[in-house]
Amino acid sequence: MSLDQNQIAQDLAQAIASINAAKDLEALKQVKIDYVGDKSPLAKANQALATVDKSLRAEFGKIIGSAKAELNEVFEKRLKELSSQRDSQVLLTERVDVTLPVQKTLKGGLHPLTILTNEINDLFIGLGYKVAEGPELESEWLNFDALNIPADHPARTMQDTFFIEPLEAKLVLRTHTSPVQIRTMLDQSPPIYVICPGKTYRADELDATHTPVFHQVEGLVIDENITMADLKGTLDHFAKTIFGSEVKTRLRPSFFPFTEPSAEVDIFFNGRWIEWGGCGMVNEKVLVACGVDTKKYSGFAFGMGLERTLMVKYGITDMHDIVEGDVRFSQSFGVGRQ
Amino acid sequence: MKVPLSWLKEFVSLPPKVTAEQISQAFVKVGFEVEGFEEQGKDLKGPVIVGKVVSIEELSGHKKPIRYVGLDLGEKKTRFVICGARNFKVNDLVVVAVPGAVLPGDFKISARETYGKISDGMICSAKELGISDEHAGIIVLPNGKIGADAIALLEINDVVFDISINPDRGYAMSVRGLARELSGSLRTKFIDPAKLVKPIKSSSSKNTKTVAVKIEDKSAADQIVIRTLDNVDVKNSTPLWMQRRIEKCGMRSISLAVDITNYVMLELGQPLHAFDAEFIVGGLRVVRAGKFNKLTTLDKVDRKLNPDDLVIADSKTPLALAGTMGGLSSEISGTTKRVALEAAHFDPLSVGRNSRTHNLSSEASRRIERNTDPALAEIASARAAQLFIDLAKAKLIGTSQVSTPIKARKLKVKLSQISTFIGYKYSIKQAKDALNLIGCKVTGNGDVLTIEVPSWRPDLNTSADVSEEIARIQGFELIPSTLPTGKKGAQLNYLQLRKRNVATLLANQGFTEVINYPFVNEEMVQTLGFTGDRAKSFKIANPMSEQLPLLRTHLLPGLLSTLSRNISRGAKDVAIFEIGTVFRNVSSLKKVELPGTSKRPSPKAIAELYATVPKQMLFVGGVVAGHSRISSWQGAGEKFGWDDAIAKAIEIIESTGNSYEGIRSDLAPWHPGRCAEMKVNGKAVAHAGEIHPRVISALNLPERSCAFAVILSELPAASKVSAPAILNMPAAVQDVALLIDKKIPSVELMNALKTGAGPLLESIVLFDRYDQIDADKVSLAYTLTFRASDRTLTADEVAMYRDQAIANAVKNLGAILRGNV
Repeated sequence: MSLDQNQIAQDLAQAIASINAAKDLEALKQVKIDYVGDKSPLAKANQALATVDKSLRAEFGKIIGSAKAELNEVFEKRLKELSSQRDSQVLLTERVDVTLPVQKTLKGGLHPLTILTNEINDLFIGLGYKVAEGPELESEWLNFDALNIPADHPARTMQDTFFIEPLEAKLVLRTHTSPVQIRTMLDQSPPIYVICPGKTYRADELDATHTPVFHQVEGLVIDENITMADLKGTLDHFAKTIFGSEVKTRLRPSFFPFTEPSAEVDIFFNGRWIEWGGCGMVNEKVLVACGVDTKKYSGFAFGMGLERTLMVKYGITDMHDIVEGDVRFSQSFGVGRQ
Repeated sequence: MKVPLSWLKEFVSLPPKVTAEQISQAFVKVGFEVEGFEEQGKDLKGPVIVGKVVSIEELSGHKKPIRYVGLDLGEKKTRFVICGARNFKVNDLVVVAVPGAVLPGDFKISARETYGKISDGMICSAKELGISDEHAGIIVLPNGKIGADAIALLEINDVVFDISINPDRGYAMSVRGLARELSGSLRTKFIDPAKLVKPIKSSSSKNTKTVAVKIEDKSAADQIVIRTLDNVDVKNSTPLWMQRRIEKCGMRSISLAVDITNYVMLELGQPLHAFDAEFIVGGLRVVRAGKFNKLTTLDKVDRKLNPDDLVIADSKTPLALAGTMGGLSSEISGTTKRVALEAAHFDPLSVGRNSRTHNLSSEASRRIERNTDPALAEIASARAAQLFIDLAKAKLIGTSQVSTPIKARKLKVKLSQISTFIGYKYSIKQAKDALNLIGCKVTGNGDVLTIEVPSWRPDLNTSADVSEEIARIQGFELIPSTLPTGKKGAQLNYLQLRKRNVATLLANQGFTEVINYPFVNEEMVQTLGFTGDRAKSFKIANPMSEQLPLLRTHLLPGLLSTLSRNISRGAKDVAIFEIGTVFRNVSSLKKVELPGTSKRPSPKAIAELYATVPKQMLFVGGVVAGHSRISSWQGAGEKFGWDDAIAKAIEIIESTGNSYEGIRSDLAPWHPGRCAEMKVNGKAVAHAGEIHPRVISALNLPERSCAFAVILSELPAASKVSAPAILNMPAAVQDVALLIDKKIPSVELMNALKTGAGPLLESIVLFDRYDQIDADKVSLAYTLTFRASDRTLTADEVAMYRDQAIANAVKNLGAILRGNV
């Protein structure tokens, strides 16, 4: 058999034309058998190389090799084109409406009081405070006596405080988280920097702004050279973190048995002054009852209602929403917004 | 306390054009919260004039009796008006709004025809003039000039401030005290009304009709003054100016004698009481009730006296609950001639107890409880006696008194210490100015100041008390804003961190947190079937409601009620949780003696005190109902089941770094066949499963509701995590299926396979459970995955481990191999 250079060129041209003419991958498969496979003209020409005169073999080899390379390249290109054409058609038929509702799990959420407590704890941990907690069912001594609220004090009447039977056991549901401050002073030596969040109880009927079971956060600092200016600065920082940097604070003289001087802290929020909490320099009598050296140490304390803080911060107008446990309420807060 | 501006102005100079709002702010600045102020007469426009009733024609035939009244207003002709009130007669002086006047509420007065007559004006009640809520009848004036401007006569144009007074500032429950504070805040001149009172002498030195007085219990009072006044004309009416001031202060004008005592109390802060001296047998005594056992007070309540009550008695009977309320037997009446006027400085605690034990809080007791000025008893008595002389034509016939000398208290303070305490450097002048404004005398020009404390400030005792006064009067706004610098780093402790992590874990898995009231009742305890420690509740002595008198011993009562509330509001798929304290009354409560507070209790006393407080455990609990994967357009969702509740309890335990052992349980209120108990270190710390159908129907909950409860505070703190070695050699997998007795908990089979399979077993997973082969047996199929750290396991080796695992299960549990799956 002899090889004809023209014939090879012609075979190549025909193979390329067929590949390019293939309409889909099925057609291309057949074209491959006919023009690229073992039985194709070019494959046959390659087999015939052995029969060619030695002097011509190298040259024909080159011609056939280059033709095969070109053919492969054209084939691969067409294969890619047709594959991608097929893919896009198939994927088109698999298209779905991705805007359909897809939520299948329940929505959860933390109670906003928990979120607020976390925020406050984090803010004070950042200032170097520890978080201190204590029992809700508490000794009268820790809830009252040690806080300079003696037995005859009006705050100890049944109108304000829940007492536990028998009365002689001297147990109450704590009316503030201040007993945690007392426990901290009894258990640790100064310097003391603590924040005390927790559940508290007072005999108020549930209405739009009151609840017999509520939450407080109190702060206590006992250290050398603690000043009322430190109290003011701490409250400023606290208010700005919780209500935003635009908020202003104001201290107003007031009275609490456990602080002297005492003040109410107001915040200017959404265009008006709002009473936020109480504060003051820890009364010497309290320090003495806890054995703190009043010559060396002074301290401040403050306390806020968390429900009230929450209501102000989020514009909640009805306490019922906070206490009733309707899942729609807490769900809207998620686990806190970052 | 309510106080009118017109009265304050008598003792404090005000800047020109000062507004009510500015005065209000001035009070707030020095610590007196103004609840509000009322600008009386603001919406009232004259002419409103004094008129005399000259004729009354009764008109009948109407729904109610109506009067057609002729009035002399000093005009040429008699003016006729229609009036529906009946509390007046001919010759009475009344207040008449004539056409052109505008009353509060934009009520324009004009001549109009009514009841067939022309009514040419209106006779006014106090309510119509906007000066009180009194509308029982029209105002009948005790005096006044016909045709005079009644707005001026009644001092209507005024501002009444309602000021809340802190309990340490008893002195401020008076015009005297508030005027002093206002002058301190505004830095304007103050005249002490106590200093305006002139000394007064009895007309005759010895008169047998003079009522004597003794203080028999020295702890109860240290000052008492009794002035006896004779020829008292009780029929004289209270002058208008006095009546109006008493009304503006929120009290009622009652009779001249009572009004004088109230007026002086309001002005100076000293409560007084007037007895009808005819009903005093022998002299007056300040004594404890002792054997006296009853007293009828002025409010006509028969009171049973306690031996410790403080009373004013004569030689035979108690006449008054001292400092609290007078007795009915010696009440001033229309026939009283001789009055014994009492002013005393009582012990605040005794009067406070009187008031509390008899649930009787009066204007007098509220002031005495908060401390009155001991120097005032004599001054107020003189002031009131003079008013009796001037207004009731009385004659002072004698004064009896017991007085203890009042020593001026002196305090030494260091200004540098005060400045350090407040954080602002006060000058000597600032300190002195502030202290002078509150009535202190200050000497010393160096760092040490000597302060003479005025008699009305028993609350000023320490350097901190003085600091407050200086800081308050100079203004809290002077104090800078700084942060303490001494603190160290801190972080949450393990229980706090655990609480936060568990809450976040549940919230991120579709649970919503609720915070329930921890109050329950016996019925709920019974319904849930609580026994043992969970049936031992603390009882609240004074619960909010008799319906909920107990403290919860478990979180489920609250959670189930809240689930029910959500369902009743239309929720279908609910998963809620709560983290909270429970209270179990497991050790019987004993009588407790509390330590004192004058020094730190001893370590033993502190330990004993702590031991009086029962242990309170922290729980996390959850309830689920409906679907965990909600039904949608793609079809039905997946229902919550007992397994979800158990899985949640396990996740919580494992999230704390603890491992557990699970067993079957029949604890109420769970379904006895569908409840698991989880133990950590052999101690039960959690229960979970389906709620008992009986409870479901009793509480009207969705069927198959499930619940879990874990005692967070009983889980040990997690040990440090040791990082596992991650092996890269190929894993070899073997499946086995075994038949075992249905009564054997599957966990036992899994444990037997684990033990038998040896150390190279990496994991074991149940992939199939089939119980239709045999009534007593169940088929359980597991995938066992083996891996070695150093080599690829051969098929033979793995088969050997699998066979060992099977052999162990067969030997220990009687399992039967079903063949390789």
